[in-house]
Amino acid sequence: MKERLEGLRVEALERLKEVSDPNALSELKVHYLGKKGQLTEILRGMGALSAEERPVIGQVANDVRGAIEAVIAEKQEAFDREETARRLRSETIDVTLPGKKRAEGLIHPLTKVTQEIEDVFLGMGYEIAEGPEVETDFFNFEALNLPKNHPARDMQDSFYLTDEILLRTHTSPVQIRAMRAANGRTPLKIICPGKVYRRDDDDATHSFMFHQIEGLVVGPNIRMSDLKGTLLQFVQAMYGKNTQIRLRPSFFPFTEPSAEVDVTCAQCGGSGCRMCKHTGWIEILGCGMVHPKVLEYGGYDPKEVTGFAFGMGVERIALLKYDIDDIRHFYNNDLRFLGQFARM
Amino acid sequence: MNVSYQWLRDYIDLTGIEAAELAEMMTRGGIEIDSVPSRNLGVTQVVAGLVKTKEKHPDADKLSVCTVDAGTGEDLQIVCGAPNVAAGLKVPVAVVGAELPGGLKIKRAKLRGVESQGMLCSAKELGINDKLLPKEQQEGLYILPADTQLGASILDVLALDDSILELDLTPNRSDCLSMLGVAYEASALTGRPLTLPEPAKELVPADERAADKIKVTIGNPELCAHYSARYIRGVKIGPSPLWMQNRLIAAGVRPISNIVDITNYVMLEYGQPLHAFDAAKVAGGAIDVRLAREGEVLVTLDGKERALEPHMLVIADAEKPIALAGVMGGLNSEVTDDTVDIVLESARFDGGSVRRTSRQLGLRSEASARFEKEVDPARVLEALDRAAVLIAKYAGGTVLDGAVEAGSASLEPVVVTIGLERINRFLGTQIPSLEVKTIWSRLGFPAVETAEAQWQVTVPSRRNGISRDVDLIEEVARLHGYDEIPTTPIEGPTTTGALTKPQAVRRELRKLLAGAGLYEAISYNVVSPARAALFPQLNGSAEGAKPIPLAMPMSEERSVLRTVLLPSLLEAAAYNQARKSNDVALFEIASVIHTAEETLTKLPTEKTRVALLLTGNRAAEAWNRKAEKVDFYDAKGILDSVFERFGLADRIGYSAAQPEHFHPGRTAELTLELAGGAVSIGYVGQLHPDLQREFDLGDTFVAELELAALYPEIDTAIKYRTLPRYPSVERDLAVVVGIETQGGALVAAIKEAVGELLESAGVFDVYTGERLGADKKSVALSTVYRHPERTLTDEEVTEAHNRVLTKLEQTFGAELRK
Repeated sequence: MKERLEGLRVEALERLKEVSDPNALSELKVHYLGKKGQLTEILRGMGALSAEERPVIGQVANDVRGAIEAVIAEKQEAFDREETARRLRSETIDVTLPGKKRAEGLIHPLTKVTQEIEDVFLGMGYEIAEGPEVETDFFNFEALNLPKNHPARDMQDSFYLTDEILLRTHTSPVQIRAMRAANGRTPLKIICPGKVYRRDDDDATHSFMFHQIEGLVVGPNIRMSDLKGTLLQFVQAMYGKNTQIRLRPSFFPFTEPSAEVDVTCAQCGGSGCRMCKHTGWIEILGCGMVHPKVLEYGGYDPKEVTGFAFGMGVERIALLKYDIDDIRHFYNNDLRFLGQFARM
Repeated sequence: MNVSYQWLRDYIDLTGIEAAELAEMMTRGGIEIDSVPSRNLGVTQVVAGLVKTKEKHPDADKLSVCTVDAGTGEDLQIVCGAPNVAAGLKVPVAVVGAELPGGLKIKRAKLRGVESQGMLCSAKELGINDKLLPKEQQEGLYILPADTQLGASILDVLALDDSILELDLTPNRSDCLSMLGVAYEASALTGRPLTLPEPAKELVPADERAADKIKVTIGNPELCAHYSARYIRGVKIGPSPLWMQNRLIAAGVRPISNIVDITNYVMLEYGQPLHAFDAAKVAGGAIDVRLAREGEVLVTLDGKERALEPHMLVIADAEKPIALAGVMGGLNSEVTDDTVDIVLESARFDGGSVRRTSRQLGLRSEASARFEKEVDPARVLEALDRAAVLIAKYAGGTVLDGAVEAGSASLEPVVVTIGLERINRFLGTQIPSLEVKTIWSRLGFPAVETAEAQWQVTVPSRRNGISRDVDLIEEVARLHGYDEIPTTPIEGPTTTGALTKPQAVRRELRKLLAGAGLYEAISYNVVSPARAALFPQLNGSAEGAKPIPLAMPMSEERSVLRTVLLPSLLEAAAYNQARKSNDVALFEIASVIHTAEETLTKLPTEKTRVALLLTGNRAAEAWNRKAEKVDFYDAKGILDSVFERFGLADRIGYSAAQPEHFHPGRTAELTLELAGGAVSIGYVGQLHPDLQREFDLGDTFVAELELAALYPEIDTAIKYRTLPRYPSVERDLAVVVGIETQGGALVAAIKEAVGELLESAGVFDVYTGERLGADKKSVALSTVYRHPERTLTDEEVTEAHNRVLTKLEQTFGAELRK
C-alpha cells in the first residue's frame, strides 16, 4: 500500500508539472484529491491494515496529500498572478483623455466683486443695508443736501418717472433710510450695495445702469482719520498688504470735507504702467465726512455725532481688477464672458 | 478752465515753482488739474520776419519767391506756397536749422529749381489751435501785427513759452473759474503774496456823467440782484493787442475785436461775464432787466432767432429785448466796426434762471457757465471798472463818470465761528493753533481770535460755498494736507457684521444655482414695452398692474421698468445662440417693479425674484458622453434642490398649469403651503413654441419665482434623526393607468393608503407603448416599508401593499401589471 501511495505521489507530481491551464489543474486536483479521487481510492484499503500499520500508512498518505496540495497551491497561485496581470493589461485606459466635468455655472463677476467687498466689511462689523431702486426725490436728493436747483438734479441727468419719483441715481438714499431706521442709535456701520441709474449714453466706460457700494459710519466721535484708517484696511484686504491710499480733496454735496481716493495701482505696484496712466495710483473711491445737513435728515444731531461715508462703482473695480475693456460686457450675459470668472 | 501759467504770474511770483509742480500742489490741494500741456509743441528758431518782396515762382503757379528780413542781418530768399503772402507783411519765419511741431527740420532746399532758405509759417504749422483764429489767418500765413520786432523769437511774440493748467473744477470751486481765483488758491498753497489789479485807481475822471446817458432799472430783482453799466464814448474798433489775443487763445477763447476781447479777457480774469452794447442801438438809453413778454423774439449774436418765453430774463431797451441776460447778446445791439459809443454791462444774474434759459435754448457759453454757478457780488463793479480801463487803453474812448447801477452788491458777510479743538477732534489730527492761524491768513480769510484758539472767520464772497464750520475744517484739512491726517481705527463698541436672512438666502441661492451649472446673468432693469408685456401671469398685468414708463426715455428699447425677468433671459439666450453658444443655462436674481396706480403717486412695489432658463444640451458632447437635451425635469430638479436646501421641499406643490406664453402641457404652477393655505410663488415650464420661434430658440425651459414669499418660511434648522435599527422591506409594483394620471397623485395615494409604515415611495419608470393602447401608461413604483422599533413581518408588508393596490385600483382604475 505504501508503494501505491509513493507511486501516486510520483505520478501526480509528474502530471502536475505538465499542467498549463487552471482548468486542467482543478481536474487533476479532483482526480487525485477529490472525494472519488485516487488518494481516497487507495485509502479505502486502510480497513484491511493492522493496528500497527495503520498510523504508518496514514502518515505516508498525509505526506503524499501534503506534497500534492503544495504543488497545486503553487501552481494555482501562478495561474492567479497571470490572470490578474492579464486583466490589468486589458483594463488599461488612456489617462490623457479629458475628464468628465460636471456642468458648472458661475456667479456674475459683478456679484463676485460685490461679495468680496461685502465680506471685507462684514468682517469689519458692518451690516448690509438695502433700499428701493425707485426712489423719491426727497431721499435721492433733498435729504442728501442736493437742493432743488442743484445741477445734478436736472431732468437730463436722471430717469424720472414722475416729478417726484425717479430711479435712484446713487445708493446714498439707502443711507438716509438706514439712519432713520436706526432712530438715533450709534454706532451705525452699514454698506449699501445696489443698482443705480443715470441718463448717460452707453459706451465703453458708461452705462445708464450700474452698481454702487456705499458705506456709512455714524457715531459719537467719528473722525476723518477713522475714515482713512477704514479705507486703508479695506484696500489692503482687497488688494494686498502693500496697498496704500492717497486722498485728494474733492467735492460731494453730502460730505464735507470730501475726498477722492487713489490706491496703489495693483497692476504695477505703484511704479507706473498703462493701467494707472503711469502715475502709480488708481482712483477707485469717493468719500468724506457726512455733511451736517445729511445727519440732520437722518435724524441725528450733528453736534452730538459725526460720521463718514464712502462710495465706489462696482463696475469700475471689476474693470480694473480683471482688465476688462468695455463696461457693456457686464450686461450682455455672453457665456464666453461669464465663463471667464471661474477662479476663486 | 484753462489757466495760462505765464498769465498767472501777473498776480503772484512763481519763481522756482514750475507749472507742473504748481499743478501737483493744486491737485493735492483740491483743484484737480488733468494735464499741463506746454503751448510750445516743438518750435525752435522761428522768428518774426518781414516779407520785403514777393515774386511769382518761374516754374510753379502756386509758389512765390520772397525776400525776407528775419532780423539776421541779411535778406533770406524763401519760397512760399501760402495764398496770403504779400510784401510788407510780418510773418513767422522758420530759418534754416529751425524745428517745427511734428519734428519737421528746416533745411536749405531747392523748390522747383529755386533756392529757399527757410519757411514762412501758418499758425497751424506752429502748433497753435487755429480754430480760434479768424478764417483768413487759418488759410495762410499767420500775419503778425505791424509793430512786431524783426528777429524776435516767435515763442516770445506768440507767448508760446507757456504751459496751460487744465482745471477740472468741482461745483464748489467756481471761484477758480477766474485767474484771480486761481491766484488766490496758488497764494494759499504757496504762501506767496498776491498783486492784484486796482482798476478803480486807474480810471481817469471825465466831464460827462454816464447817468445822463443811460438809465438802468431792474424789473425782477429776484433774478438780478445787481446791474451796473458804464458808458464809454468814442471807441475805435480794431484788433486787440497781440498779448491779449495770445492769452485768450491760451484760454481757448477766440479773439474777435478789441471790445469783445476785453470783455472776455476780464471775464477770464475776474470770473465776471461782461457784455458791451452799441450805445447808439439802445433805444432811449434805457436798460431794463425784466422777463420776456409773450411773443417777443430776439435774434442772438449767433444769428439765430429765438422765441422768448415769459420765464426768460432779458435786457431790454425802451422798445425791445436787446440781450438774453447772462446767456447771449442780441444782434440788434451788437458792437460792430462802426460802433462809436458803447454801454458796458456787468451784472449778477440768478444762476438758476440763466441755467434754465441756456439749457432750453441749447446755448451754453463761458458766460452762462459762470452765472450758473453764481458770480462773486464783490467783483461786479470791479470787473466793470477793469474792462473800462482796458477799453480806454486799447480802444481809445473816454469812460464817462460813474457807473449806473440798480440793485446792490451788498451781501451779509458770512462769519463762521470755529475752534481748534473741534478741528482736531473732527479730523483726528493735532494741528497747532499757529498753523490754523496761518491757514486763515493764506486763504485771505479775515479771522478774529475771540478766545484762545477760537476764531470768528469772515468768509470772502468769492468763496460762496463756505458757510459752516465743517467747510472751514475742510479748508484747514486740505491746506494742512490730507496726507498728514493719520489713519486710526474707529473707537467705541465693536459691532458684529452679519447678513440678514434674505441676503444669506440670495447668496446661497446663487451658489446653488451656479453649482447646478447655471451662469448668473445681470440684465437691464429698464426694457421695452413689448418685453414688459410678456408673461401676463408673471408681469403683474393679471393683477391689473401696468409697466411704469420713464418720463423721458432715451430709447424705446429702454422705456419702461422691468415687470418680469424671463424676457431678459430669453434675450440673453438668443444673444448667446447667435454667437454659437448653443447650450445656455442662465439665472438672474433681481427686482421687478409693479404698481397698480395709473400714475405713480407713491413708490411702486419692488419684488425680488429668481428666474432661470435652460436650453440646448445638459452637458457638452464629449468623446465619452453623448449630448442629451435638457428637459422640463432638469428645470424642476434644480428647483427641487433649491427647496431642499431651504427646508421647503415638503411644502412646495407643483400642479399642471397653462399660463400664457408657456407650453400648455409642460408647465407647472408652484405653490407654497402656508398656515392660511397654499400661495402661488411662480411657474416652471417650457416656453410656448410660438415664443421659442420668436426668439429663435429650440426647446427652452424656464422658471420664475417670487423670493419674498419664501424668506419668512425658510427653515434652515437641521435636526438629526436616529439611524434606523431595523431593516426595511422594499416592494416594487407596476400599474397601468390612464395617460392623464399624474405620478404625483399615485405617490400621494400610496402615502395615504399605507400611513406610518411607509418610509418612502416614488416613481422609477414610466412606459407607454402600443401594447398598452394610446390612452394608457404603465407606471413603475417602488415602496419602502419600515417600522422604527421592530422588524416588519412579511404578513404586515403584504397587507399594507394590498391596501396600496386597492387604493390605486379604486382611485385611478389602476390595473396591476403582472
